[in-house]
Amino acid sequence: MSTLQQDTSGMSHGRKVVQPLWIRASHWLNAVAVILMMLSGWRIYDASPVFRGFVIPSGWTLGGWLGGALQWHFAAMWLLVFNFLFYLAMNVATGRLWARFFPLSPLSIVRDLVAALRGRLSHADLSHYNAVQKFAYLFAIVDIAVLILSGLAIWKSVQFPLLRELFGGYDFARVVHFCAMALLAGFVVVHVVMVALVPRSLLLMIRGR
Amino acid sequence: MKDQKSKPLTIDRASLLIDVRRELDVPARRLFGKRILTLGGLAMLTGCSLSDDKSVETFLSRVSRFNDTVQGWLFDPNKLAPTYTEAEITRPFPFNAFYDVDEAPVVNGADFRLQVGGLVRDNRRWALPELYALPQAEQITRHICVEGWSAIGRWGGTPFSEFLKRVGADTTAKYVGFRCADDYYESIDMATALHPQTLLAFTYDGQQLPPKYGYPMKLRMPTKLGYKNPKHIMEIFVTNTYPGGYWVDQGYNWFGGS
Repeated sequence: MSTLQQDTSGMSHGRKVVQPLWIRASHWLNAVAVILMMLSGWRIYDASPVFRGFVIPSGWTLGGWLGGALQWHFAAMWLLVFNFLFYLAMNVATGRLWARFFPLSPLSIVRDLVAALRGRLSHADLSHYNAVQKFAYLFAIVDIAVLILSGLAIWKSVQFPLLRELFGGYDFARVVHFCAMALLAGFVVVHVVMVALVPRSLLLMIRGR
Repeated sequence: MKDQKSKPLTIDRASLLIDVRRELDVPARRLFGKRILTLGGLAMLTGCSLSDDKSVETFLSRVSRFNDTVQGWLFDPNKLAPTYTEAEITRPFPFNAFYDVDEAPVVNGADFRLQVGGLVRDNRRWALPELYALPQAEQITRHICVEGWSAIGRWGGTPFSEFLKRVGADTTAKYVGFRCADDYYESIDMATALHPQTLLAFTYDGQQLPPKYGYPMKLRMPTKLGYKNPKHIMEIFVTNTYPGGYWVDQGYNWFGGS
């Protein structure tokens, strides 16, 4: 009797690759891009704050001065955009998007959120996302898309008039860009806290199983 | 739990050993994970401070030049910047320069002569009345600063493409450069120089351009960021040699297009 094989199937989440290499690579590239975009973006924001009186401490920023921050921002944007497109295309092409994120109902999100807050949501099986995870990751995807498009509207407000109008004009596109950044920062904080609570999920994103 | 249910009754020593070994490995890995979660750890992993390194600087400037090329592709010579009504003009229109407003240069209009040079057929100097006699146009457009803020203003002057035609500029050349009375200098791509909304501006809000807004003339381009719009222009030249710019040479992107 092949007990070893039986055991392997029983420990499926321990052995089988749950996060394929392309997911892990694009996840970490995205993490680097998002950190660079945020730190440099905060410096750019400080040059002319959208919200009067709200400034980001310069110690938390990247680039040293406005010109340096702009260079970082407009270099890291290529990594962010192309990695994001790769991630989306692969998710659609492999069917992962539907398999892992759907079905997703508002009710299931609320149910899992309540369970999570009561400490009753199981994290034993990392090969399936719970409804809160599904929602959070889908939210991050949509939010990054909004960040890219509102950024494009700010950068090229004359060349992309439709995009500019979609975001309510040049000045309002800056407000949208900032708010989308703040929401993504919120996501990152929750995401990192969750990883600290369930450290196995970090291993999963590094070695795939 | 599923794992427990499917656990075999007979103990397989080999597989147990694998499991135990893996579990023993975890604390060390967890610690490593905690460390790389911090930003400081991330910076340490890259082995260099993120912004001071010379090779990083070189890399970023290269990407910036690449972005110039991309912006050249994206630039549509026929796409117009939005125009606004008189009621939408920002009042007072902000002053912005690398010096204070009371240090703005004072140019004597009576003996002023605009120099024209480089790849042009006619490099004679222009007196202000001659420039004022050229076909005039006006625009109410948005000035977008590299810092992020924007303001709507009203400028009047002669379409720059018209001026370039008059001096017989080689419009197949790559750049138009500017030297200014405040020691500012700047250069733009030929496509933008020929854009219908690029104006050699002599007036602001219907009045002669005041010193703070660039008397005797500024180049007004609603398709470019504020720092690309030189004020107090003394000399205009056409060239194929990249002339750079005051801020551009310090790290701002050269194309600087909107």
